[in-house]
Amino acid sequence: MNGWQLIRRTEPREWGSVAVFATAFAVSLAICALLLQVQGHNGAGGVWLLLKGGFGHVYSYGEILLKAIPIFLCSLGVALCFRLQVWNIGAEGQYVIGTLGGCWFVLNFPGLPAWLVLPGTLAAAMLSGGIWAGLAALLRQRWGMNEIISTLMLNYIGIEILNHLIYGSWRDPAAMNQAVGPYFPPAAVIGRIWDSDFWLKHGVSEGTADFFFQFFGRAHWGVLSCILAGLLCSFLLRKSRLGYEITAAGSNPRAARTAGISYNRLVILVMFLCGALAGLAGFQECSANLERLEPNIVMGYGYTAVVVAWLARLRIMRIALFTLVLAGLRFGVENIEQDLQISHAFANTLEGIILITVLAGQLFNDYKISRKGRPAASGATGGEERGS
Amino acid sequence: MFKRLILTGLCLALVLGLFSPNRPQAAQDKKEIKIGFVYISPVGNAGWSYAHDLARQALDKQPGISTYYMESVPEGADAERVILNMARRGYDIICTTSFGYMDPTIKVARQFPKTVFLHCSGYKTAANVSNYFGRVYQARYLTGMVAGSMTKKNEIGYVAAFPIPEVIRGINAFTLGVRAVNPNAKVRVVWTKTWYDPAKEKDAALSLMDVGVDMVTQHQDSPGVQEAAQDRKVYSIGYNTDMSAFAPDVQLTAAIWNWTPFYLDVVDKVRAGTWEAGSFWPGLETGIVDIAPYGKMVPQQVRDSVDARRQEIATGKFVVFGGPVKDQSGKLRIAAGETPDDKELLSMDWFVEGVVGKPE
Repeated sequence: MNGWQLIRRTEPREWGSVAVFATAFAVSLAICALLLQVQGHNGAGGVWLLLKGGFGHVYSYGEILLKAIPIFLCSLGVALCFRLQVWNIGAEGQYVIGTLGGCWFVLNFPGLPAWLVLPGTLAAAMLSGGIWAGLAALLRQRWGMNEIISTLMLNYIGIEILNHLIYGSWRDPAAMNQAVGPYFPPAAVIGRIWDSDFWLKHGVSEGTADFFFQFFGRAHWGVLSCILAGLLCSFLLRKSRLGYEITAAGSNPRAARTAGISYNRLVILVMFLCGALAGLAGFQECSANLERLEPNIVMGYGYTAVVVAWLARLRIMRIALFTLVLAGLRFGVENIEQDLQISHAFANTLEGIILITVLAGQLFNDYKISRKGRPAASGATGGEERGS
Repeated sequence: MFKRLILTGLCLALVLGLFSPNRPQAAQDKKEIKIGFVYISPVGNAGWSYAHDLARQALDKQPGISTYYMESVPEGADAERVILNMARRGYDIICTTSFGYMDPTIKVARQFPKTVFLHCSGYKTAANVSNYFGRVYQARYLTGMVAGSMTKKNEIGYVAAFPIPEVIRGINAFTLGVRAVNPNAKVRVVWTKTWYDPAKEKDAALSLMDVGVDMVTQHQDSPGVQEAAQDRKVYSIGYNTDMSAFAPDVQLTAAIWNWTPFYLDVVDKVRAGTWEAGSFWPGLETGIVDIAPYGKMVPQQVRDSVDARRQEIATGKFVVFGGPVKDQSGKLRIAAGETPDDKELLSMDWFVEGVVGKPE
């Protein structure tokens, strides 16, 4: 019979994967255009609005950076766990508990010298997030509890703890009994990257200052923590013995155990790192944007992180890339929503279609389609057959 | 390595290719007023955001006004971006309709001093930011009177959103209304900690019915509670908008919002250049809050006495929280003859006598 079949590529595409991504993205935009057209809007115009809103303004980039910070940190942590085949989907709860840890430090050590406040809070945030994740690792090791269940459940518990505190004893009496915490002292607020006043004083022209003010917008110094965390993880995975063990144990836990690698120790390590990164993300987001604890810190970034980690196939540079693209995409969709006044549900549908198309397109990184019975084309000769 | 470079390059190209400097807005004809609304929940066809959207639609029909909205905008960092983007689009008036939009609104307003901002349900103002709300507790009191007159088991269920002053004030006013006509009745409160989650809110209503209430009311934006009431044929009181479409056989009445006159007034003042920032908390007397038409099961004498009380509140002859008011423990919180000031009302965190449940 003359059919088509999927053939596994013997070696993954190198920069052909860029073409795969671009094609999938283009296809997804075409689907979006079609849907918009069916809904009575100008399809091509809508896609243009999407790209323009996401990447076409000076101020798009600051917003992208701002949104990318928490997603990148969470994804990085989640990817570390996934590499070891530890299915931690608890970044959301770790994010919340980390934020609480940071806030606890801010509220309880008001007398500290200013230079100590931020390092202290960030450390407290990372530690509390890490411990929260460590709980799930402990449950897994001591009682064999599946970490998918435990991390998911710990998310709900974390959010309930937040609610308990913010609707209870952590409420700011000065805020008319609303469910918000007291404002942080200035030393505990992470500043924006661009400070026009500072640069104007140092001889930067008004036009330039305004440009950078627009460009960096609300992006804050948390960007540095992303760069640092990215570099450290990259070093850990590629240059260190631990990283080698994670990769080895991830691809075959049993073999790794036989080879004398302590799998349990690695599980605790990656879970702790993920929790620390998520906690850091949470507190930075809270400090830089809200400047106080509010119940609306729960944004679902911990779940977005899972999507990004898979889109990026657990690779650090790609996580950074996809985080930025995803953030831009969000704003692009928001731009359509605003300018065409389409419903939020429809806008979310468009975003989902783009994501799932790009994710599905990754099939072509590992497989190629060829006609049955014909020798596979160059580059994939001798590939093993996988269904049809 | 090479692959990564290409990947990065491609994205940079994608980004830079679309890079275009931000063009200044074309000079606007000031007769045309653009007004943007930021909503916390989906507009849907009932509820808080829908009530604001009814006003938006009414404004849109007026000459010289164009309206825009964004729905389901999360509070916090995302809200600030949405508000910022509305200001960048050159809207003349931006209305942010949830408490959590307060700080973002104030921040954006600082950056756009010529834009008029209105924040609903908060407590901060600035040179170009008003805060506004309505005394919907007055309407709550009236619906409480209807409920108190109609309950047989003397137990009424209240599906509440979040334990914040706005919600607590509503529960208290409702309970005062209930007990004004029926001193034996109790109001049982359950918190969903949601603004819009139809399934969860419906479940909360069903659980209240399971413990024996014969009437339910709600605070959330979805009609989930009304649907539960309709399913079980239990009387209900709606909120935000007339929800009788969801509970045609059981809705007695509803405490409703009518934002149109308020927003129209703001637009007129902005156009005339006489708008000034301030705190606005109008009540029944302006029609910003009211009760929905009675269901056909509400007897005439109940209608008459509630209508009479409505008149008294509107003319200031009767004050909802006028003392004596006791709290749950029986302690006198507002002495006879006293009326609490707005600050006390806006930060209310205790339940009146007759409420079953905790304000947390």
